Amino acid sequence: MNEKDIKNLEEIFEQRIARDEKIEPKDWMPEKYRQTHIRQISQHAHSEIVGMLPEGNWITRAPTLRRKVALLAKVQDEAGHGLYLYSATETLGITREELYEQLHSGKAKYSSIFNYPAITWADMGAIGWLVDGAAIINQVALCTTSFGPYARAMVRICKEESFHQRQGFEILLTLCNGTEVQKAMAQDSLNRWWWPSLMMFGPPDAESTHTEQSMKWKLKRKSNDDLRQQFIDQTIPQAEILGIKVPDPDLKWNEKRKSYDFGEIDWEEFWQVVKGHGPCNKERINARIDAWEKGVWVRDAALAYAEKQSDKKLNKAV
Amino acid sequence: MKKNWPLWEVFVRSKNGLEHRHFGSLHASDEKMALENARDVYTRRNEGVSIWVVKSIHITATNPKNNGELFEPAKDKIYRHPTFYKLPDELKHM
Ligand SMILES: [Fe+2]
Ligand SMILES: [Fe+2]
Repeated sequence: MNEKDIKNLEEIFEQRIARDEKIEPKDWMPEKYRQTHIRQISQHAHSEIVGMLPEGNWITRAPTLRRKVALLAKVQDEAGHGLYLYSATETLGITREELYEQLHSGKAKYSSIFNYPAITWADMGAIGWLVDGAAIINQVALCTTSFGPYARAMVRICKEESFHQRQGFEILLTLCNGTEVQKAMAQDSLNRWWWPSLMMFGPPDAESTHTEQSMKWKLKRKSNDDLRQQFIDQTIPQAEILGIKVPDPDLKWNEKRKSYDFGEIDWEEFWQVVKGHGPCNKERINARIDAWEKGVWVRDAALAYAEKQSDKKLNKAV
Repeated sequence: MKKNWPLWEVFVRSKNGLEHRHFGSLHASDEKMALENARDVYTRRNEGVSIWVVKSIHITATNPKNNGELFEPAKDKIYRHPTFYKLPDELKHM
């Protein structure tokens, strides 16, 4: 194909997206579209998988059976989300093994929020309420993205997320209605998770690269700052119901904007965590590598068994 | 080369009376594991009453490149639709 042909195909492609047509895996697509989608969808998949670690850590220590089954179901959902998204990424012509390899080598990123430790039971509440809450805002926007398999995975995921957030909020509500010590535990977890949750929407618009291209491809429907503002505006009244305060002295209602003004986010911290210097980066990646490497014999044994069975069938047929 | 678990496509019938619909895909070592994984990955909330799995390599698909010659000829065959036939308004039940 010469340059002019490609230019022509690209134009037709962009028009299809502008008309709200979906792009399916076997359709022609610009190489940049393919690579950008592999990067974004796999990063999303890795986030779901690594995201199981801080919560999985609390399953055996949940305070009641009711909390335990709920947390277990939530973590299992996150595994499912990771699997939907890995499959969606594989339709673009990359293998599951390559994707894992990118995660393990540090080439691929995942949401930096999961590099913070979950040190108290209240953190299970804060993660469900804030982290899943922020994820929902990002994901709802993606249900109408242009790449069919990604959009379909997002629709399924969004349906499953709302229980995650509600179970988290309920944990905090129970603590906030409990003893002074329990309420203090809830406040402490909000103090630690508030700012990292705001960072989940990514760097401020002024510093965000390739936003325009992502908007065109509907990989992004609203800007980082708009989504962040939406999250803050919906979360503050929820914190009031709990009776705990977000750790931001500059937070105040702006009557003119009909939105909350808020303080400066520490972007230096964000970039440090993204670059691998967060409190748990090493621990998270090592846990993933460990699971993958220690599972080799299981994967090999299952495959050997499958081959033996199909040989048997073949011999019978002969 | 190291062998990996093959990819399977998953089809789920959400309730009797409806057809199986493509839900997604997954990796599994054999058909039994594929069904078990499909149950865990795609039907955690009563999404189905029946699951089919088929190895992805067994699916043969049309190429979107040929969509023009394959599907476009149907477009101008408007006489295949009831609205093509001009009949009087008084005519009922047809
Ligand atoms: Fe999720
Ligand atoms: Fe979730």
